[in-house]
Amino acid sequence: MKTWDNIVKISRSVNDGKLSAVDLVNESLSLIDASHDYNAIISTIKKRALERAKIIDNAVKSGKNMGRLAGVPFIAKDNFLTFGGETTAASNILKGFNAPYQSSAIEKLESEGAICVAKANLDAFAHGASTENSDFMITKNPHDKDRVPGGSSGGSAASVVLGLAPFSIGTDTGGSIRQPAAFSGCIGLKPTYGLISRSGVVAMASSTDCIGPMTRTVGEASLLLDIMSGRDSLDSTTIDKDSLGYITLDSDIKGKKIGLVKEYFDESLSPDIKASIDDMVNKLKTAGAEIIDISLPILPSALAVYYILCPAEVSSNLSRYDGQRFGYSYKAANDLNESYSESRALGFGKEAKRRIIIGTYVLSSGYYDAYYKKAQLVRTKIVNDFHKAFKSVDFLLGPVAPTQAFKIGEKSNDPLAMYLSDVLTVAPNLAGIPAITIPIDIKNNLPVAIQLMAAQKNDRKLLGAAKKIEELV
Amino acid sequence: MVKLSQKDILKLANLAQLKLTPEETAEFSSELSLILDYVSQLDKVDVKGLEPTYQVTGLNNVTREDKKIDYKLDKKLLMENLPSSKDGQIKVKRMIA
Repeated sequence: MKTWDNIVKISRSVNDGKLSAVDLVNESLSLIDASHDYNAIISTIKKRALERAKIIDNAVKSGKNMGRLAGVPFIAKDNFLTFGGETTAASNILKGFNAPYQSSAIEKLESEGAICVAKANLDAFAHGASTENSDFMITKNPHDKDRVPGGSSGGSAASVVLGLAPFSIGTDTGGSIRQPAAFSGCIGLKPTYGLISRSGVVAMASSTDCIGPMTRTVGEASLLLDIMSGRDSLDSTTIDKDSLGYITLDSDIKGKKIGLVKEYFDESLSPDIKASIDDMVNKLKTAGAEIIDISLPILPSALAVYYILCPAEVSSNLSRYDGQRFGYSYKAANDLNESYSESRALGFGKEAKRRIIIGTYVLSSGYYDAYYKKAQLVRTKIVNDFHKAFKSVDFLLGPVAPTQAFKIGEKSNDPLAMYLSDVLTVAPNLAGIPAITIPIDIKNNLPVAIQLMAAQKNDRKLLGAAKKIEELV
Repeated sequence: MVKLSQKDILKLANLAQLKLTPEETAEFSSELSLILDYVSQLDKVDVKGLEPTYQVTGLNNVTREDKKIDYKLDKKLLMENLPSSKDGQIKVKRMIA
């Protein structure tokens, strides 16, 4: 298994002419080939990646600096629109779809010289927590092939841990970067909502969808946030990046207040995870942090809020897959309505259909107030609880999931059980605050991870503290 | 106890322009009843005096100049993705059979 150098080191070597981008791309592609039994990758972008690599190598020869990520190969979750191949969102309804534009996040990475070499597997349309909802294949956990890598960015997480590329990017709508990062064992950052443009990313729930890096180190995640963040005219929900950027971080934890979220440490939490978190909390105390027990009483309602709002927004966002302008189309339809219904019936997987039906119900006349509007009101309570908490602490800390990586098939027959694995990650999405997964231990030969949260727009502060936790592991 | 009958499911599927098989309709009737029952716990939450949160950025009326922008989209690719086309136009089935 390959251990790539830090991405800063790689790009420096490429810009110095010591490493060839073409060699790096070829290395990544052969590693991808050698680990195909993990099912992490849906497709590779060999031709375009090598073309871009050649351009970079030639430009470097003539003395040009090709960016902070010059020649660095990376893997994108297959819900990012990319040139040079297909974008499927792991759904049959988008099989064969060739994107006519790229996502802004990918454009920003490319402008700094990074090269997208492959598209990673996910739960179809990012609906899921294990990749078992992918229409194509189930990704295996790099530590144990009988277990899931987490989801929905399971392929992205597995790619980083298997060493297929130095970093990957994923999306997090209810935990889909943080949970697979915890299950597979890598850093997974969900930034403040709006920091990274959603343009060119297959929409799931537009009011909570976040793009984020999945990396080996906090420093690399910070650099990638610095590169990908900032206002984008193509996404009017984007906000300005921090004026100080995200590169120089303050990892001094002395005197900082860390709140342990009471509602996240109940009897459903695995004792192994609790013990590892307790160890890290003691280390943080020794390093000078002040540990406070804190309660956010509305948190137990967050999952119910999420599973009303998310399907509602999904039902709206998936209405564009109608078999008329792109994607699967049912040729034998007799009229337009039949073309719509059959294309969607045959193209969508079961979970997509489930969420569309729930979403349609909670938005429909007579039920809108009781479900959708009520959920948005409770969402205000969640925003307020976090706001209040961050008045008395700098960070909130908790587990990422109640258990370590579960076995393939363990939850796939029970949709509600699968939804419950999101219980510790959805609240930051609803409030728009940043949160990060940091692996802290190995137990039962599987990763154990911790989740750190900060107030909205405090990503720089969050990454600093995350760096300290990383040092203490 | 929230109960979605198969008839309810079919009505929703129709609204969503999504055809379901009889098996899916039966499955969803029981599965979704359980899920909706779970989320109905919000009935008990007191939200007096609160406004709904539709988005968390606090942004309002983000505008741009009323100027044409050339996005340089690959028209060939746009056309290639079309399931059915004629003379550079998207072709769809007749609306009424």
